[in-house]
Amino acid sequence: MQLFAFLIDGLLIGFVYGIAAMGMTLIWGVMNVINLAHGPIIALGCFGVYLLATQLGLHPYLALLIVAPLGLVAGMLFYRLAIQRVIDAPRLSSLLATFAINMIVIGLGTAAFSTNPRALDVQLGSLSFGPVTILGTRLVAALASIATAAGLYWFLYHTRPGKYVRAVTNNRAAAELVGIPSQQVLALSFGLGCMLAAVSGALIATFFPFTILSGDVYQQKSFVIGVMGGLGHPLGALLGGLILGMMEGLLPAFLPTTWVPVFEFVLFVIILLVRPAGLFGGKK
Amino acid sequence: MNTRFAALFVWIFVISLLLPTCGTPAAVAPSQAKEVKAVIGFTASQTGKLNVESTRQTNGLNLWMKQVNEAGGVKLKDGSVVKFESKFYDDESNSARVQELYTRLVTEDNASFLISPYSSGLADAAAVIAEQYGKIMITTGAASDSTYKKGYTLVYQAYTPASKYLTGAIDLLKSTDPAVKKIAIVHENDKFSTDVSNALNDYAKAQGYEVALFEGYDTGTTDFAPFINKIQEVAPDAILGGGHFQDGSTFAKQLYEKKVALKFVALLVAPPEPTFAEIGEASLGIIGPSQWEPQVVFNADSAQKAGLSFYGPAAADFVSAYKASANGEEPSYHAAGGYIAGLILQKAIEEAGTLDTQAVKAVLDKMDVMTFFGHIRFEAGADSHGLQTGHSMVYIQWQNDDAGKLVKEVVWPAEGATSGIKYPIR
Repeated sequence: MQLFAFLIDGLLIGFVYGIAAMGMTLIWGVMNVINLAHGPIIALGCFGVYLLATQLGLHPYLALLIVAPLGLVAGMLFYRLAIQRVIDAPRLSSLLATFAINMIVIGLGTAAFSTNPRALDVQLGSLSFGPVTILGTRLVAALASIATAAGLYWFLYHTRPGKYVRAVTNNRAAAELVGIPSQQVLALSFGLGCMLAAVSGALIATFFPFTILSGDVYQQKSFVIGVMGGLGHPLGALLGGLILGMMEGLLPAFLPTTWVPVFEFVLFVIILLVRPAGLFGGKK
Repeated sequence: MNTRFAALFVWIFVISLLLPTCGTPAAVAPSQAKEVKAVIGFTASQTGKLNVESTRQTNGLNLWMKQVNEAGGVKLKDGSVVKFESKFYDDESNSARVQELYTRLVTEDNASFLISPYSSGLADAAAVIAEQYGKIMITTGAASDSTYKKGYTLVYQAYTPASKYLTGAIDLLKSTDPAVKKIAIVHENDKFSTDVSNALNDYAKAQGYEVALFEGYDTGTTDFAPFINKIQEVAPDAILGGGHFQDGSTFAKQLYEKKVALKFVALLVAPPEPTFAEIGEASLGIIGPSQWEPQVVFNADSAQKAGLSFYGPAAADFVSAYKASANGEEPSYHAAGGYIAGLILQKAIEEAGTLDTQAVKAVLDKMDVMTFFGHIRFEAGADSHGLQTGHSMVYIQWQNDDAGKLVKEVVWPAEGATSGIKYPIR
């Protein structure tokens, strides 16, 4: 029964990891860009909710609904300013462009907020059965993650812009030949990836303290999940997030907790060697 | 005539040259005493995870400096008066920055004396530089024992060492409920918290306790769910450990949210901070070791009873001066620690009557004095030179007052307690 408590905690946080990783893998899949600004955007999501809640008095979950479109717009802006010019250049150029965004956001964020920890006090109670206690905030975060993933799939499969995104992912040149405005679609895709990062950050802020540097940890996890689930495979990312969350939940039952990252990155290397397309298929 | 005038002129000239060199220093009016500047160099964690504690430490040190300068400075044997000037940099809570900045403080800013940064890890990094450049450093906000076992001769510790940080909590638990035998120790994996927890583990076992869980967590950990699940699995009666403010308050909050049934929780660093109460009901009953609390009275009477002399301001004077300088904020032990570091240096310079490092060191080696912070004495032997041997901890607990408001009460040692312990906490 106690093992079940480890598992539930791991799975609940795994959904949030999944949403963070979906953002990264979407960008990776559509435009072959490894977004090194992913972590700072997650941190900006935390601060977005924090500022709206503490300065304007909005409920954090209402603030999340504002942070999501802001993340989309910020992502599209980042694309126009830094990525668009190097999208067809060698891959290292886009890597450096996103690294530059990372440094700029961290620098400005440190100047504006310092690196002092912030926290939101969100109380939603808890559900208890036996040794298992599920916190309301984590349950809501998991449900919000599922809803976000479902919304993304509906968008990709049932809307015209979503179909354009899939078309550009499959074959950008062919998509352009049939009149799909690829630059706009790429900007939209980068915006969507950033929106997912911001949403995951906003959810994290409802139960963990954070600083402007907090996104780095989730960025690293997103890499592992992205590789595990399959590059450019959003559903794979969500499932990868659940697997990582489950590992983080269950491994401490048998090992010192400090060993968990070792296992995570060993798994990362093994998947790269044995199954580079990821557990659920994707770009190699 | 002309010759006599010339001779008189020469005599007046010679006498006017000699006059300033005549007389003793005491004859010089204080306002004319030569003023010497002594630069006190240190780094502060203005950013990063140690910001909360470090800022308070710096506030305390600045208050000392302001008061001593306003009181006219410290008079030296040669009649000159020392006024202090601070020079500091932001170390970003990063030990890699500390060594670079302390080197700069000594070589470029010509610091006469050094005060350590906050935290054992950063102070340990700074101690190497102090020793290397032959500068006296008073460490405060740094309790780790190991720094003083490296053969340093110029580093002096203001705090009670880590090895004694949580051992009193075991004494408190034993005195409160002798039936309890099973405890868990969960601590941050940094130098200070690990030192404290290792000493605690040894002491608890020696006292007959079963340590059912002994595990560290990485610095920066925000999710304590795996640890809480492990704690629930072994079902201890008490949890001890923690690390610093951010992780300690998060850990306490998550223990409360997860409804972990515990009788006794004692965590490092976070509970004595006034802002710990911001986690609300989760703070109720949490115990924390404190180097000092405003309620604790060390004064001329207690000094006399202990056969010591009393030096510096009374606790009430320090508290009111600090509140006036910090927008009414009550001083935490970090603030008092910052002040006491300056006060120790002041006492040593005053007695030595010089700014010479070796003379000040000789006074520090023999120092045995009571202050508002408590008893100050340093180990002078080579094995652990500079280790604090006079000071001891007090233990606070967050309780509800009659109006239901969260207040800090001193619950241990019994002779200094302001309230009985709330036990079990839930």
